[in-house]
Amino acid sequence: MKIQKVPGNNKKHKVFVYALSTCAWCKKTKQFLKDKDVEYEYVDVDLLSKEDLEKVKAEITSRGVPLQFPLIIIDDKVMITGFREDQINGALA
Amino acid sequence: MTSLEEVRRRVEMDAESRGYKLNPDSYFLNDLLEGLRTNEERYGYPSCPCRYATGIFDLDKDIICPCDYRDIDVEEFGACYCGLFVSKEVYEGKKKLQPVPERRPSKLIERALSGRTTKEPAHEVKKEERVMEAIDGMKFWYCKQCGYVAFREEPPYICPICKAKREAFAEIYLSVFAKG
Ligand code: SF4
Repeated sequence: MKIQKVPGNNKKHKVFVYALSTCAWCKKTKQFLKDKDVEYEYVDVDLLSKEDLEKVKAEITSRGVPLQFPLIIIDDKVMITGFREDQINGALA
Repeated sequence: MTSLEEVRRRVEMDAESRGYKLNPDSYFLNDLLEGLRTNEERYGYPSCPCRYATGIFDLDKDIICPCDYRDIDVEEFGACYCGLFVSKEVYEGKKKLQPVPERRPSKLIERALSGRTTKEPAHEVKKEERVMEAIDGMKFWYCKQCGYVAFREEPPYICPICKAKREAFAEIYLSVFAKG
């Protein structure tokens, strides 16, 4: 699966974003993390092969969160659906 | 190839006809227009940039822009799910644009992500059965206020003609007679 890594100096948390390449809120989320110099990984779900899509779908549903984007996962435990700035800031503090 | 300007013009005209505004943040707006253009090229129709689409028309038809959920979301939250269409209050900065909760039923999202259609594989059927199968959960709905008729699984949230609420829609029962 094509996971993109965006380097940053803030490595305090493990941040992963499920996104769509066409989605403006996803772009905003990525930019937000970049501006905060947070290191993170992301995958654009709309560009995945069928096989990988199945994996991602299983992964997201097994976490009990809706299949919506962006989905931001912090330290493998905090899950935020949508670009909710306050929540992301809170989890990154 | 559809140009970005064409996409913009189309969306502008649509917004104007409904009394909506487009997102005042020009970068954000451009990203959305790009997304619409990408999807139109990819799938043949401009499906919602902020939702996963399959490229199978039957699975995506409720999220082709402007999607089925737009009118009710602009009314309730001041913006559609993507934030492309906004109300006057949001446009003028009197109301802050917040992420809009997803209104698309989760069963449709799951169906799309698994790429399944509800159609059964073809088999020998009597004519009468075939008529029913073609209808496939679709119903006729009419607006009691203005008479507008829609053919879809659920009634519209808001009547696109007279803006009556969903409650104004009633189902039309049809009997289909197949000869032969
Ligand atoms: S949410 Fe907005 S941009 Fe997305 S399809 Fe609906 S109307 Fe179009």
